[in-house]
Amino acid sequence: MDLWNIFDKEWIPVGVWVETALQWVVANFRFIFQAIKVPFDLVLTALEDGLTEAPDLLVLALIVLIAWQAGGRKLGIISAICMTAIGLMGAWEESMTTLSIVLTCVVFCSLIGIPLGVLAAKRNRFWMVLQPILDLMQTIPSFVYLVPIVMLFSIGNVSGVIVTFIYALPPVVRLTNLGIRQVRPDMVEAARAFGASNRQTLYKVELPLALPTIMAGVNQTIMMALSMVVVSSMISVTGLGQMVLRGIGRLDMGLATVGGLGIVFLAIVIDRVSQSFGQSSRARNHQKWYETGPVGAVRTLVRK
Amino acid sequence: MSDAQIECRDLWKIYGKRSDEAMKAVLSEGLTKDEVRDRYGCVLGVRNASFSVKKGEIFCIMGLSGSGKSTLVRHVNRLIEPTAGEIHVAGKRVDTMGEDALRQLRAETIGMVFQHMALWPHRTLGENVGFGLEVRGVPLEERRKSAETALGAMELSGWIDHYPDQLSGGMQQRVGLARALAADPEILLMDEPFSALDPLIRRQLQDQFLSLSEHMHKTTLFITHDLDEAIRMGDHIAIMNDGEIVQIGTPEEIVTNPVDDYVADFVKGISRVGLVRAETIMEPLDGREGTPKQVRADAELGEIIDKFMEDQSPVTVTNPENAPVGLITIKAALTALRG
Ligand SMILES: Nc1ncnc2c1ncn2[C@@H]1O[C@H](COP(=O)(O)OP(=O)(O)OP(=O)(O)O)[C@@H](O)[C@H]1O
Ligand SMILES: [Mg+2]
Repeated sequence: MDLWNIFDKEWIPVGVWVETALQWVVANFRFIFQAIKVPFDLVLTALEDGLTEAPDLLVLALIVLIAWQAGGRKLGIISAICMTAIGLMGAWEESMTTLSIVLTCVVFCSLIGIPLGVLAAKRNRFWMVLQPILDLMQTIPSFVYLVPIVMLFSIGNVSGVIVTFIYALPPVVRLTNLGIRQVRPDMVEAARAFGASNRQTLYKVELPLALPTIMAGVNQTIMMALSMVVVSSMISVTGLGQMVLRGIGRLDMGLATVGGLGIVFLAIVIDRVSQSFGQSSRARNHQKWYETGPVGAVRTLVRK
Repeated sequence: MSDAQIECRDLWKIYGKRSDEAMKAVLSEGLTKDEVRDRYGCVLGVRNASFSVKKGEIFCIMGLSGSGKSTLVRHVNRLIEPTAGEIHVAGKRVDTMGEDALRQLRAETIGMVFQHMALWPHRTLGENVGFGLEVRGVPLEERRKSAETALGAMELSGWIDHYPDQLSGGMQQRVGLARALAADPEILLMDEPFSALDPLIRRQLQDQFLSLSEHMHKTTLFITHDLDEAIRMGDHIAIMNDGEIVQIGTPEEIVTNPVDDYVADFVKGISRVGLVRAETIMEPLDGREGTPKQVRADAELGEIIDKFMEDQSPVTVTNPENAPVGLITIKAALTALRG
């Protein structure tokens, strides 16, 4: 053997180990992973069916109304322009698929991430364990876990949601943890001093005060989910990402551009709307949400 | 137990992981606060404090920053767990109380006011003030009524649906007071309630609180780092230094008879005119005749000095039956004034 070039040989066969381990898991525990898919599948199918089967204009109107309610008339107009542009480019169907994947992902990230973040804020030891795991989830290139995900969950939109979920979960956990920890200690102390239990303190004081930070986390999660759209289309997830991927594959610049623009417009709308949700009522002159936007307008009309 | 509404006995608080070890060492070796910190990495918050507060009285705790005042009051509603010692509040033992009983005590018997107001910015004044009732499950209507009454007592009616950040500092602290009073508790804990306010507003709130407490008779633990304030407000004053209560007494006792240099230092700049009374500085008659210039035994120094305006002959002190009991010379009066 050539001592000077010892690294020509593979001494530690990490690849082989992983391969065998994965094979073993797939052979013995595939049913568990299939079960995990069920809730993701349910939500995704419901959203996707709703968004693609409803009349396009109805969905458009709904999106614009939600945007108007969340961020005022200006955001309503921006959303109308962006969504109409997507529709006119002929990417409506695909954008609805992508939207439902992103929304499903947000639902699960919030459902799991916010409680994890709260727990992490309350238990230092748990946070110490959780932190490196979150780092790992964010730093491993997503290409790396595409293969095991496909082997465990097979291909398709649901697997796409799961890949996206893994990639996009950390920010909401991190920022929930941060938000709860940043609540002024005397606010919490005052709640306890007036006889609130831990649970009451959490729901009535800590969560509301941490809400802007938590929503910033949700917003980041959404943006990360959107950035996974093209990557996840490699495991045959449909939607805007697939347009881009197919465009690249066939050197069809037109198709890729339409897909890309679609993602950009969708991102603008989702980003702005989710950011507006995060604004506390303090930043809006203490107007309650139902006193503004279309709901407020309807309410004043009814009052008259 | 006597008529004490709040009573703490031999209370100790040592912050930190190794508090039990540190506690043992302090008891056996009498370590100082700095030694405890260097050896065990623990902070001595309260050192062997005992005091009792009678029903209806205002008890001031005063001391420099870091002397353990906040730590001490937070034991009364057990926001802080004692390392050792007993706490009795309204006839109940607090330090061994169960979680539910403790929450009930906090919600019903004790109201608290905080230095930096600690009003919740996401809640209206009504929701802030009604919080104690809300966590006890009182229905909304009743909560609102109590909040209205409490805010009204603080001259804030009409603000009930506004938010804390729409109010000035003085108004915010009045909301803090209203919140503490909303459940009509027997006891008030006030942790430097007026320290963050500018002097004029502070004065106003002190007066408002004094007149309020005159007809409400709440037992009050009042923390301040300002001796003037302690003297104005307190029936009794406890002075703290490095976690220890170094002296407890009436304002007059503290000012005329400080136990050590630490207390004497505080007292130095305090005007005695409204504090020192005739009986404290008079000398016995010893067979001498009374003079025509007379003051009552509880007359304040200011009144006595007025008597010397015309001439410098001694002033006679009389008891409630108008019989002479002592004499004050101008020298005694001036000495008392200088302190
Ligand atoms: N949670 C804590 N952990 C550790 N040490 C603490 C904690 N809270 C207070 N201490 C320490 O206990 C001592 C007493 O603090 P405390 O807050 O009771 O003082 P204070 O008299 O209220 O001061 P101030 O006038 O600044 O409010 C200080 O040395 C402080 O550093
Ligand atoms: Mg303090």
